[in-house]
Amino acid sequence: MRRICYKGLMAVLGLYVLLVQAVQAAGYDEALAKFTSDQFPQIEQGILDLAAIGSPEAARLLEALNDGRLFFTAGKQVVFKEGNGVIDGLTAAKLDPAPDNLKTVRMNNRVRRTLESALGTLSLVAVDPVKRRAAAEAVFKARDPQALPLLETAIQKEKDTAIKNVMERARAAILVADSKASELARLGAVETLAERGDQEVMSLLASVRPQAPANLVQSIDAAIKVIERRLSLLSAFQNAIYGLSLGSVLLLAAIGLAITFGVMGIINMAHGEMVMLGAYTTFLVQEVIRAKYPALFDWSLMIALPLAFLVSALFGVMIERSILRFLYGRPLETLLATWGVSLVLQQGVRTLFGPTNREVGAPAFMSGSVDLWGLTITSGRLWIIVFSMLVFFALLLLMRATSFGLKMRAVTQNRRMAAAMGIPTPIIDQMTFALGSGIAGIAGVALSQIDNVSPNLGQGYIIDSFMVVVFGGVGNLWGTLVGALTLGVANKFLEPLAGAVLGKIVMLVFIILFIQKRPRGLFALKGRSVEG
Amino acid sequence: MSPLKSLLAATVAGGLTLASFAAHAQDTIKVGVLHSLSGTMAISETTLKDVMLMLIEEQNKKGGLLGKKLEPVVVDPASNWPLFAEKARELLTKDKVAATFGCWTSVSRKSVLPVFEELNGVLFYPVQYEGEESSKNIFYTGAAPNQQAIPAVDYLMENEKVQRWVLAGTDYVYPRTTNKILEAYLKAKGVKQEDILINYTPFGHSDWQTIVSDIKKFGTAGKKTAVVSTINGDANVPFYKELGNQGVKATDIPVVAFSVGEEELAGIDTKPLVGHLAAWNYFQSVENADNKAFIEKWKAYTKNPKRVTNDPMEAHVIGFNMWVKAVEKAGSTDPSKVIDALVGVSVPNLTGGYSTMMPNHHITKPVLIGEVKADGQFSIVSQTAGTVVANEWSPYLEGSKDLIADWRAPLSCGNFNVKTGKCGGAAK
Repeated sequence: MRRICYKGLMAVLGLYVLLVQAVQAAGYDEALAKFTSDQFPQIEQGILDLAAIGSPEAARLLEALNDGRLFFTAGKQVVFKEGNGVIDGLTAAKLDPAPDNLKTVRMNNRVRRTLESALGTLSLVAVDPVKRRAAAEAVFKARDPQALPLLETAIQKEKDTAIKNVMERARAAILVADSKASELARLGAVETLAERGDQEVMSLLASVRPQAPANLVQSIDAAIKVIERRLSLLSAFQNAIYGLSLGSVLLLAAIGLAITFGVMGIINMAHGEMVMLGAYTTFLVQEVIRAKYPALFDWSLMIALPLAFLVSALFGVMIERSILRFLYGRPLETLLATWGVSLVLQQGVRTLFGPTNREVGAPAFMSGSVDLWGLTITSGRLWIIVFSMLVFFALLLLMRATSFGLKMRAVTQNRRMAAAMGIPTPIIDQMTFALGSGIAGIAGVALSQIDNVSPNLGQGYIIDSFMVVVFGGVGNLWGTLVGALTLGVANKFLEPLAGAVLGKIVMLVFIILFIQKRPRGLFALKGRSVEG
Repeated sequence: MSPLKSLLAATVAGGLTLASFAAHAQDTIKVGVLHSLSGTMAISETTLKDVMLMLIEEQNKKGGLLGKKLEPVVVDPASNWPLFAEKARELLTKDKVAATFGCWTSVSRKSVLPVFEELNGVLFYPVQYEGEESSKNIFYTGAAPNQQAIPAVDYLMENEKVQRWVLAGTDYVYPRTTNKILEAYLKAKGVKQEDILINYTPFGHSDWQTIVSDIKKFGTAGKKTAVVSTINGDANVPFYKELGNQGVKATDIPVVAFSVGEEELAGIDTKPLVGHLAAWNYFQSVENADNKAFIEKWKAYTKNPKRVTNDPMEAHVIGFNMWVKAVEKAGSTDPSKVIDALVGVSVPNLTGGYSTMMPNHHITKPVLIGEVKADGQFSIVSQTAGTVVANEWSPYLEGSKDLIADWRAPLSCGNFNVKTGKCGGAAK
C-alpha cells in the first residue's frame, strides 16, 4: 500500500518536473543572465524563471544565491562557490583557475522574499526535515496558489506531525487567500487556521478580510476573536516570563553587590566595572578560541566563567588592599573613592580595547528562541534565568554551609567578638570583597550575551543593582532574590501600560515611598551596616 | 589621607591626558577638535577625533594652509554637556582656534551654540540632527530630516508598500523632533493615526523583550509594517540582538535606522539582521576611486585593516575641505571673512558627487538607503539621483513651515518668517 503510494507520488512529481522543464528549459541561460543585472526587478525575474525550470541545477543555484555564494565575473559569467571551488552556473563545471574580481549578485528585501518563496516550493519534499519545515513556512508566507499541487503531495508524504501541521497551515493560508478557491474550502481553511492561530495567522486573516465575501468575513471575524482571546491570555503570561527574565538579569548584576554592600556595608560604585571586566574577559577568551581552537567555541562561556571570576576578584582584592581598607566605616569617602576607581577602570579599558563595542558571540545553544505556546522567549535569556538561580543557590550554600561563610557572617554580625574568637578579620574582609567582585565578574559573562560589551557596560547596571539591594533589604541574600524578581516582574507589567520611560520613573517613585515606610527594605537583617 | 588623594589625582590625570598639544611657534593655524574621548559618547566621537587628526596631518603634508602649518588642538569634553561649553570657550579664547570641528548630539551643540555666537567662532557639526535650527556660526555638515528620514520613509512606501509604521526612538530631542516631523509627513501621505505606533525608551535601554514583541503584535494587522528607528547608539546592540533572536526578519518587518552605521554594527553578529535598512548620506561600500582612497588612507592611519568608515566621518571630510577652500578664497582665517566665504563653496563628497554649502549653512547631500549585509557592511539599494538641499526648518511642522534661513547679506537671518517678513519669526 505504502509502496504504491510512494510510486504514485514519484510519478506525479516526475511528471510535474518534466512538464515544466519541457516548457522552460530553453530559458536557462537567459534566466542566468538576469542575475548579472543591477536592477532588482530583473534579478527577481531571474529567480522566478529558475524556479519555473525547477531542475536540481536551478535549485542548487537558488540555494547558492540564498547563502550569498552566487557571483558573476566581469565577463557576466554567473558562477557559484562550493567548498573551495568556483563552479560555472551554466555548465556546472569547476573553473580552474578560479576567476577573480567576482561580484556578488545584488539582493534586496523584495528579491529575498521572492527567493524564499521559490526555494520553499522547491524544497517541500527535501530529505532534510529542517529544510522541509523552512520550506513549509516560506510557502505559508508567500501564499502562492501555484504551490498548492506540490504542497498537497508533500502533505501526503510527510510523516513528521509537527512539519505536517505547518504544511497544513500553509495549505489553509493559500486557500484562504485564493479568491478562486471554493467558498467551502475557504471556510474550512479558516477553521484550520483558527485552531493553530498565532500572530502570523491573525495578520494573514486581517489582510484577507477586506476582499473576502460576506460569508467568509463572518467566520474570519470569529476566528480572529478566538485567536485574540488566546493571545490576550498569553500576554499576561508573557509579561510574567519577561519579568522573570529581567529580574534574573537584575539579580545577577546585584548579587555581588549584595555581598559587598549588603554584608560588608561598602558602597562600591565600581561594582559595575567589575561586571564590565567579566564581559571583557569573555571577549578575550572568545578571541583566543576563535583564533586557535574554533571547535571549542560552544564552550567559550564555560571557559570564561572561572577566568572572569578570577580577574574581577583580583581587581577586587587590589581595590580593597590599596584603598578601601583605609576607609572602613567612612561610607561617604568610600563612595567617592570607588567612583574614582570606576572612572579609572573605564578609561583604562577604553584605552586598551578602544571605545567601540566588542563582539561577543553566542554559542549555538544560546542563540535563537524557544516557542512556548506561541510565546517567543529567546534562548539566551532563558539560560540567564537558569544561570542566575544557580549562582544564587551556590552563593547561599557558600554562606550557610562552609567555614568561610560562617566566618564571614560572624565578622558581619560582630567584628570585635569575631576577632576575639581568633578570626583574622582583615583577611575575611579581603576574601569577602573578592567574592563579591568575582561574582560581579561572572555576571559580566552572562550580560555579555544580551548587552553591549563596551567600557560603559557597568554604568547601566549600578543604579539598578543598588535599587535591588536596598529594596530587598541590606545584608540578606533572599531579600536580593525577592527584590530583583519583584522589580523585574513589576517593571514588565508596567511597561506595556506606561511605556518604558514612565515605567522606570514609576518604579523609582515606588521604591522611594517603600523605603520611607520600611527603611531596611523587604527583609531587614542585623549587620554591621545596621549597627554603624 | 594620601590614598584618597592619589586616587583623585589619578582620576583627574586620566581625564586630562589628551588635553591640548603643547603650543608651538606662532606661525601655525590652530584647529579645534571638540569631541568626547571619555564617557558614554566616546564610543562614537573618538573616531571623529582621529579623522580630524588625519585630515590635518594630510593638509600639512600638502604644505599647510596660506603658507602656515595647521595645528590641531584636541580637548576632551568627556560626554558632559556643560563641559562642552567650557571647552569651547577655552578653545576660542585661550587657544584662539580658527575653526572648530566637533560635538555629537544636539544637546552638546545647543550647549556650545551661545559660546560660538558670542565669541564669533566657526563650528562644523558632522552628525545628522533634527533641524529646526540655523546659526550664523555653525555649519551643519550632517543631514537634516529631509536628507535622511523622509527619503527613507519614501523608500519603504514605494518599494516595500509599507502601510503601518512603528516609530521607535530613544527619549531625547532628536528622536522626538524627527518623529514629530515623520508623523506629520505620514499623515500628509494619508496614513491613519491607528497605523502609527510611537515608542520611546530611556538611554541605554537593554531589555527589549516587551517592545520587540509589541512590534510583532503591531505587525499582525494584515498590513505591511516597518519600524523607523531613531534609537541611540548604545541601545541598538541589545535591540538588534533581541530582533534577531525573536526571529523578526527584514523580509517580514524591516527596520530602518538613522543612527546605525558601520561602527555600530561592528559589535554585533549581523547574520540574523541581513536586509534591515539604514539611511545615510554615505556608506563605506560606495564604489568610487575617492572613497577607495579614503578608506585605504584611514586604515593605514589607524594601522588597523579592520577599521570601518562611516557617515559622520565623511561629513568631517567635507566640512574640513570646505573650510580649507573658504580660507583660501578669503585669504584669511578671520572667522567673519571665512563665514561669508563658506557659503557657495563646493567640494567633492565621497559618494561621487559634489556637496555645496548653502546659504542656510547646511550642505547638499545625496541620500542613500542601504541594507545590512552578513559582513556588517551595507549594500546600497537606493540612491537619490542628485543631491538634496536641507530643509533646516521643516515644512511639516506648525510654526516652522514659514521660516527660512539665509545668512547672506542683506538678509543675514537664521529664522526669517516669510509670512510676516520679519527676522526672528515665531520659531517653536
